[in-house]
Amino acid sequence: MSITEVSPRAAGRSQERERIVNDFSIQVATVNGSGSQTANLVLMRSIFQMGVPVSGKNLFPSNIQGLPTWFTIRASKYGYIGRKKEIDFLVAMNPETVREDVESLEAGAAVLYDEPLGADRFRSDLHFYPVPFDKLVAPVCPQPKLRKLVRNMIYDGALAWLLGIDLEEIRKALFKQFGPRKAKAAELNWGAVLAGAEYAEKHLTKTDPYRIERMDRTRGKIIIDGNTATALGAIFAGVTVVTWYPITPSSSLVESMMGYLKRYRTDPETGKATYAVLQAEDELAAIGMVIGAGWAGARAMTATAGPGISLMSEFVGLGYYAEIPAVIVDVQRVGPSTGLPTRTQQGDILSCAVLSHGDTKHPLLIPASPEECFTMMEEAFNLAEEFQTPVFVMTDLDLGMNSWMADPFPYSERPLRRGKVLTAEDLERLGGFARYRDADGTGVGWRTLPGTPHPAAAYFTRGSGHNELAQYSERPADYINNVDRLARKFESIRRAVPRPEVLIDDAASVGLIAYGTSKYATEESRDQLATEYGLRSSYLRLRAYPFTEELVDFLERHARVYVIEQNRDAQMMALMRMDLAPELAAKLRSVRYYGGLPIDARSITDEIVLQEGL
Amino acid sequence: MSTATAPPPKAPNLNRIGLEVSSYKGGKTTLCAGCGHNAISQRIIECFFEMGIPPWQVAKLSGIGCSSKSPAYFLSQAHGFNGVHGRASATATGAILANRHLITMVVTGDGDTASIGLGNFMHMLRRNVPCIYVIENNGVYGLTKGQFSATADIGSTLKTGETNELPPIDCCLLGIEMGASLVARSFSGDKNQVGAVLKAAIAHRGMSVIDIISPCTTFNDHDGSTKSYAYMKDHDAPLHAVDFVPYFEEIDIEMEAGEVREVVLHDGSRLRLRKLDRDYDPTDKLAAVRAIHDSYARGEVLTGILYIESARKTLIDHLNLVDEPLATLPESKARPGRAALEEIMEELR
Repeated sequence: MSITEVSPRAAGRSQERERIVNDFSIQVATVNGSGSQTANLVLMRSIFQMGVPVSGKNLFPSNIQGLPTWFTIRASKYGYIGRKKEIDFLVAMNPETVREDVESLEAGAAVLYDEPLGADRFRSDLHFYPVPFDKLVAPVCPQPKLRKLVRNMIYDGALAWLLGIDLEEIRKALFKQFGPRKAKAAELNWGAVLAGAEYAEKHLTKTDPYRIERMDRTRGKIIIDGNTATALGAIFAGVTVVTWYPITPSSSLVESMMGYLKRYRTDPETGKATYAVLQAEDELAAIGMVIGAGWAGARAMTATAGPGISLMSEFVGLGYYAEIPAVIVDVQRVGPSTGLPTRTQQGDILSCAVLSHGDTKHPLLIPASPEECFTMMEEAFNLAEEFQTPVFVMTDLDLGMNSWMADPFPYSERPLRRGKVLTAEDLERLGGFARYRDADGTGVGWRTLPGTPHPAAAYFTRGSGHNELAQYSERPADYINNVDRLARKFESIRRAVPRPEVLIDDAASVGLIAYGTSKYATEESRDQLATEYGLRSSYLRLRAYPFTEELVDFLERHARVYVIEQNRDAQMMALMRMDLAPELAAKLRSVRYYGGLPIDARSITDEIVLQEGL
Repeated sequence: MSTATAPPPKAPNLNRIGLEVSSYKGGKTTLCAGCGHNAISQRIIECFFEMGIPPWQVAKLSGIGCSSKSPAYFLSQAHGFNGVHGRASATATGAILANRHLITMVVTGDGDTASIGLGNFMHMLRRNVPCIYVIENNGVYGLTKGQFSATADIGSTLKTGETNELPPIDCCLLGIEMGASLVARSFSGDKNQVGAVLKAAIAHRGMSVIDIISPCTTFNDHDGSTKSYAYMKDHDAPLHAVDFVPYFEEIDIEMEAGEVREVVLHDGSRLRLRKLDRDYDPTDKLAAVRAIHDSYARGEVLTGILYIESARKTLIDHLNLVDEPLATLPESKARPGRAALEEIMEELR
């Protein structure tokens, strides 16, 4: 046992004998490739099963094996699931990082660690719990080869005892994680959990204040990562062609899609696929295939990240100008260039909004949760086909790859909106059509699909100048007519994109604007600002670009509006400045975090307090 | 050759589906007078007319350049897509995934195929994407006024006098090596051969690569060029006389043993390769590669059906796609039901 001396601050806390229930964070520091992910997800799920709101964030290196990795679990009875800056409970398993891990803790935090690491050497103001992992794993796992994978489960057992997590919940989560086909492996791991729990009970004395107690705030909810949610959204929106090139953090999106497609989109009569998934040779080909498939009438999509977006630029311009539906999911990571490929950012907003050369602009849908990943994929396909244009779905690594507690997804009964497509029968009636003539004031013309059996069906699609009849034209009047119609079409899109979420506090003169995964930290920061500083604020969460009238209204109502985002250059604010009247743009302030970790509430609060001079 | 048995009776200017040749024509060409590409467009018009393919069943895609303009000059009743430089391979693959019943034709150039889009072309080959891929090969960039392309031969010169010293990329060798299931080379001036090869490609199921030497009269038809009309007249070395007998016609000529090699194509049509000065087996991959390299040594341009593998699996087979086009799949097939979503949600609880 090594409960060491405590610092004055920690002593104060422990003397109060306070119990901190369902409101703390756990960080597990391990080595990449050591099989800790299972232990971490089981721990997270067991807390979830106890009814406590929870989030899990994996902070991993761009590496397969050997580099340090951290997994943070936050339990919050208030339902805050953004990243918490401070770590309350550390599980130290990595000899390379143990010193730094322990030194970065605030006084009073707890540390469960692999005994030989001697974590208690570095601080005297923490609660230390040494556990001899190697000694404990040997008897429960006779095969030395498997020990590396099984030994992490020991900390689940020890934490269960220390935090008061019901062992039955760990068992349930463990068997769910392994699934019925790997019950034998689950049983082996269960032995390690028990060994950890028994050791803790016999040899450790609980001195820290952190506890998990049963609540009822997760009933009916699911745990899912945003990439899987996006994949499901596409499948239930009737996607038929998916072409992609592997890139972190989007690869798992298409991979999970392949599994579900096989299960749910194999034609029961013929055993054949009602979908095509093709791994392309590069992102140029991936988006080119999407454009080709969209041209020929398929619901086609790709998923990528920043470097892929850069490569797709030329084709996206073609899609815009030749008016071809496409859905591009950008799971954003830290740029520029290779950047930090396994860290999160909202760094592609500006480039996606105007991707490609010439005058181009594209709708962006910005989900903030797995539910929105799911529902916005249907929305994205509908918009792409209705408005015959590429549509971006902007998620990020935090949303895409981390595990989120979410409401179950709503099943959509709405018919798919496939847009203005003429059939052979329509053509027989009409005699012909003008592909690029505004059909109804929306800026959108009728199109036909290749293969439509009618002599008047065909038209020539080109990325070069064209007139209303899709004929080659270099005439200035034709060019202007065409691009002005595209601008009108963008105004129609403005009326059709998802509206922001708006919460107005009539007493507030300050407004906060967030989008995507900045939602969670921003909402928590609003509470911090109100309770700690008495600063009331209104809130607007953008869900799409182009901006809608709600943004103008929000700016008119408030004296100062903070745009909170995860990039260096305040990209969304820059887009707003392009769109808004100068007197409204003058009200904008910026709060940014761009270190690659998910944004946290405290960083937002501190920055706003500073700018407000509170 | 063969003659049509031709039921039902039809007027001489109608094809077997009752269309006139005008239904297969395109817009007026804007390419230079004498450009080889125009002759190829004319062959495409004739072939689809003679094969009796409804023009609306065809999708024609291209990249950027003079050659890529040509889809506008044939089959106006077919959807056309003049996309991004070098990436017709990608747009065509996408279109085929969306609708496997399209007869998809890429008409593109040596700049598109052998330079900017070479990587994409190679991958299209290895997927054996069912598609007719025509390279209008003139060894030069026409639309940017006369730079070398990657198919220019060593020692060939530009009009400016500059000499190419880099080895050419041979798209037929790539096709054979990477998995195209029909590989042919021809010369835009050889009306019969181009026509027969194109028809074989229409009948073939899989990727057909047809590299057609198509002289650029403006920038590369001079004495220092190996892609000129004069050079091809002197150096064209046909492997065989290519006859194409469509499935809807009967063969009326008896074959003499050893004189003709016959290949039955996917739709029942037949390719009859009549021996010239040597015997050539177009199903022998290594022999094909050797023959091409030998022709370099002799200073010849080998033309004809270089390689064919009728039964090779295509991308559609690999993906095990349903028969109906994915583009127009009914919602009942494209969207799983409520029970499926509930099952998935339950697993995630």
